[in-house]
Amino acid sequence: MNRELNLPSYLDQSAVVRARFQRIRERELILEVRKLGKRYAGAQGAVEALRDISFSIHRREFVCVIGPSGCGKSTLVRILAGLERPSAGEVLLDGKAVAGPGPDRGMVFQGYSLFPWLTVKKNVMFGPEMNGYGKSEAERDALMWLDLVGLSRFANAYPHELSGGMRQRVAIARALINQPRILLMDEPFGALDAQTRAKMQMHLLEVWKNVDVTVVFITHDLDEAIYLADRILVLKAHPGEVQELIEVPVPRPRQPAQSLSAEFLATKARLEELIHPAPPPEAEEERAIKPHMIRFTNVADNVE
Amino acid sequence: MGVIFKWLADGGQGARRRVLLGVGSFLLPLLAWCLVSYVPFIWHSKVLITDPGDVDYFQVDMRVDRSMFRDEVSNMEKTHQAPPVGTPANPIYLPAPGAVAHAFYKDFVHPSPYTDTPSLPASLWHSIKIIFWGFLISSLIGVPLGILSGTYPAFGRLSEPFIEFFRYLPAPAFGALAVAILGIFDGPKIAIIVIGTLFQQVLIIANTTRKLEATLVEAARTLGTKRLRLLTRVVVPGILPDLYRDQRILLGWAWTYLIVAELIGTSSGITWFITQQARYQHFADVYAAIITIGIVGFGTDWVLARIARRLFPWDRGLIHA
Repeated sequence: MNRELNLPSYLDQSAVVRARFQRIRERELILEVRKLGKRYAGAQGAVEALRDISFSIHRREFVCVIGPSGCGKSTLVRILAGLERPSAGEVLLDGKAVAGPGPDRGMVFQGYSLFPWLTVKKNVMFGPEMNGYGKSEAERDALMWLDLVGLSRFANAYPHELSGGMRQRVAIARALINQPRILLMDEPFGALDAQTRAKMQMHLLEVWKNVDVTVVFITHDLDEAIYLADRILVLKAHPGEVQELIEVPVPRPRQPAQSLSAEFLATKARLEELIHPAPPPEAEEERAIKPHMIRFTNVADNVE
Repeated sequence: MGVIFKWLADGGQGARRRVLLGVGSFLLPLLAWCLVSYVPFIWHSKVLITDPGDVDYFQVDMRVDRSMFRDEVSNMEKTHQAPPVGTPANPIYLPAPGAVAHAFYKDFVHPSPYTDTPSLPASLWHSIKIIFWGFLISSLIGVPLGILSGTYPAFGRLSEPFIEFFRYLPAPAFGALAVAILGIFDGPKIAIIVIGTLFQQVLIIANTTRKLEATLVEAARTLGTKRLRLLTRVVVPGILPDLYRDQRILLGWAWTYLIVAELIGTSSGITWFITQQARYQHFADVYAAIITIGIVGFGTDWVLARIARRLFPWDRGLIHA
């Protein structure tokens, strides 16, 4: 589609955008990933999920990780969180090696993962309580963060009484209350409908603007990545390797209307090219499926 | 007929329908029992002698087979002697609902004052105490062991194979051993219930624990939860509604071990009541006692289910959150 539309290159940046990236680069490094590799012992021998992943992220940057299914993007974020150990390489947060999960890295899961036995407020209070804060202090903080995500009214509701979007707001508040250095989000809006999703994206940008936090956001939705990110880390599958780290040329503040701008479309065209290259050879079982279409309707009864 | 089928096929939705169907599920067997007991031509395979006539081996209140009664009537008529008289009756082991209801009333309101014929309330109370202690001891060991096995794979692999083996050993097989070790009174009975419940309990609760969503534990870890706190603040509250359900089912199993347990050593509790009454052929009382066990078991479970709604307000219509 880019050929006909005669789009600019995704590498062209306006002066404003270039200046902004310059400012980001001047900020200190918060996360360094060096030569990261991950192998699993699978059923058919060892599977290499990640190979030689290296990149670094500056403070308060918004980075999206995108890639085809099986590229190990979830594995990557789980290693960053400390939930899995890498087979090779290391992850440095503020120059210190990550050795396990900790409150300095908040995580938001696709399946919300709220504690169903706790009310919304108690869910948010969970982090501070685990990290040695008193109950009253935890409660005060929780109410503040619930206010920030707009759920004060639901403080005493149980998670199952909330909609998907509301649950994810709680999950965000629960992760942010610990004031993590970095917020890891594993396809957080993947289970939401399109409308809620757009609203949550806008809301997330608002939160990010007002809170000192760096975001690493996993998604498989190209538009979502471009709309949210400063930079997009594009992975390729089998094994997961870095293909490109794209600086998104779309200026901030972002608006949904920008999805028709030239920079946006150029970036999207580039992502399409990276993620959906020439169709890969079909798998054995895919080829075995050969529909044999039989006409069940009257010959004259056409729908197209 | 069509109306009934349509009504049943609709799935019995709505609270009123559910209650109606629930009541019906009790009324249908009761109706069948009434029919067999009160309608003479359905079964009534015996004849209850009211007057033996000239048959020398017949006595009043004797139940004889219908064919034998017919033979004797024709024998007596042939020899011009007085024929026996009787009413059709069911075998003695199937008392009518009315007789059982009366026995029920009598056993609870005017229990036997003699020590050789045990009273139903006292027997029942004794049995409940046995169940209580057996289940409590089993749970005190089994619940923590199950949760640990389910949470820590190494612990599970160390404990579960042996428990899996042990649960195939039938609890009553330990009866003689239990008597040798614990004497003849309540000790061995409680032990049998513990042996019967404990091993299943560990395996079931370990399984329930393993079914806890892994991301809940992971989420807690990313929030800074460590070690023992993961167990007390995430795993235990996370499985609590399911654990409670498991315990309800296991309590039912404990009741099934009760009867065998009470036969060990000196017979006691409701089992002693039942065997004594059966010895005197008071089958109405036997039925009353059996039904009492059902009522106590079913009633406890119903109450526990009610309490669960209060205890776990989040555990309703919940898929995952």
